[in-house]
Amino acid sequence: MMPLIEVRGLHFHYDDGTAALNGVDFQLLPGETVVLLGANGSGKTTFVLHLNGLLLGQGEIEVCGMRMSKQNLPQIRHKIGLVFQDSETQLFMPTVLEDVAFGPLNGGMSPEQARQRAHAALEVTGMLEAARKAPYHLSAGEKKRVAIAGILAMQPEILILDEPTTYLDPPGQSSLIQLLRSLPQAKILVTHDAGFAEALAQRACFFERGMITGTGTVRELVQRFGWDRTGVKIAQ
Amino acid sequence: MHHVVLERWSRGDSPLHRRDPRAKTLALLIFLVLVATSRVPFLPLGAAYFCLLIAALVWARLPLAAALARSSVVLPFSVVFAGISLMAGDATRAGALLVKSYLSALAVLLVISTTPMPQLLRGLEGLGVPRFLLMVAQFLYRYLFVISEEAQHMRAASIARGASVRGMVAHRARFRSAAGALAVLFARSYARAESIHQAMLARGFEGRFHLLSASRFRWQDALFLFAAGGLAAAIRLAVERAAL
Repeated sequence: MMPLIEVRGLHFHYDDGTAALNGVDFQLLPGETVVLLGANGSGKTTFVLHLNGLLLGQGEIEVCGMRMSKQNLPQIRHKIGLVFQDSETQLFMPTVLEDVAFGPLNGGMSPEQARQRAHAALEVTGMLEAARKAPYHLSAGEKKRVAIAGILAMQPEILILDEPTTYLDPPGQSSLIQLLRSLPQAKILVTHDAGFAEALAQRACFFERGMITGTGTVRELVQRFGWDRTGVKIAQ
Repeated sequence: MHHVVLERWSRGDSPLHRRDPRAKTLALLIFLVLVATSRVPFLPLGAAYFCLLIAALVWARLPLAAALARSSVVLPFSVVFAGISLMAGDATRAGALLVKSYLSALAVLLVISTTPMPQLLRGLEGLGVPRFLLMVAQFLYRYLFVISEEAQHMRAASIARGASVRGMVAHRARFRSAAGALAVLFARSYARAESIHQAMLARGFEGRFHLLSASRFRWQDALFLFAAGGLAAAIRLAVERAAL
């Protein structure tokens, strides 16, 4: 099976000289959900920002058969939907509907098509009633759902969610798990939350010092790296 | 917060709320020019314009007392200039300055309380205001809430660690810590701006905002513009003729 994402030998240094990624190799297969575990500063977020071309390091990245390059960037950004950790960052348009339609409009759709896409995505995430609201009038869980709708409206093949449980209470987390389970796309989840990871992912990668130092099931990695202190166990 | 109230008002429903933002903005401009260029003594015309604005506020179903109180926010600034005129011995000009600035603020408040900010910005764009300037205004408005929340968190954090917010300017050390907090807030805002830019790029942004819907300028809007502008001009003509 041809991988949706293939990364080989990815290195990245920040401007201050900090080495954030030290040779990452990674694959994502169609339909699978992979979770990236690891401590703060271990390179997880830096890694996923590379997959959308927001950071450019050294190494090879292929997304849906396209090599990461300036020419391919617009297509790649429509294949990969990146949901940021802080939804506040992502919801920058004046109303929910306009925010969700932002990606389709950038993709060259007519306003009417973009509106239909936005309506459909809001319906999937259960936020259609909030379409005319301003984003700052929503709760943290609702903001997260709208942020996901904004990505789904672009109909990406891959979803990447960076720390999706941040600011969510346990009911909000459970509802997010249900929503993510219902979405057919391949997913990469960046999280500290072992319970959340276990509820969704078939495979996990453990990041340490900018490298993937372990791959296996969430349970295996949690036990191997002693990562079960913070996890909230959620029944499957 | 101040602008939360205005936003709630702007989402109301009245004949004035339904008018095209371009018609309202042009009518506002006509009104402001008529107010600014009228000669002293201004008080009779000021009283007539005040009645006109009151009628518009009632028509827009806005809370009268609250709107009148909110417009007075401009007075501390105009009082300074009125004071200078008063010291120069020109009491009539001082009075006109106060009345003109208050009426202008009330008229601006009337327009922004009956037009949601996104529509207002879109209307300004339709009138030829540079798109970049409007984008900055849109982002400023959107993230004012977030930055203000961050400022409140920082204030709460400093109070929790024993800082006093009273007499901040008077005490040198406190002033220094307040200045430091402001610098941190600026740095945080800058970092957030970077993140927002990344989030925009991630959804295919290439430097141009595409609009989801364009508002239509209907005949009712044209009628409103002529009626509002014409009424304001007619009142001024009538009052000035009566004064001759």
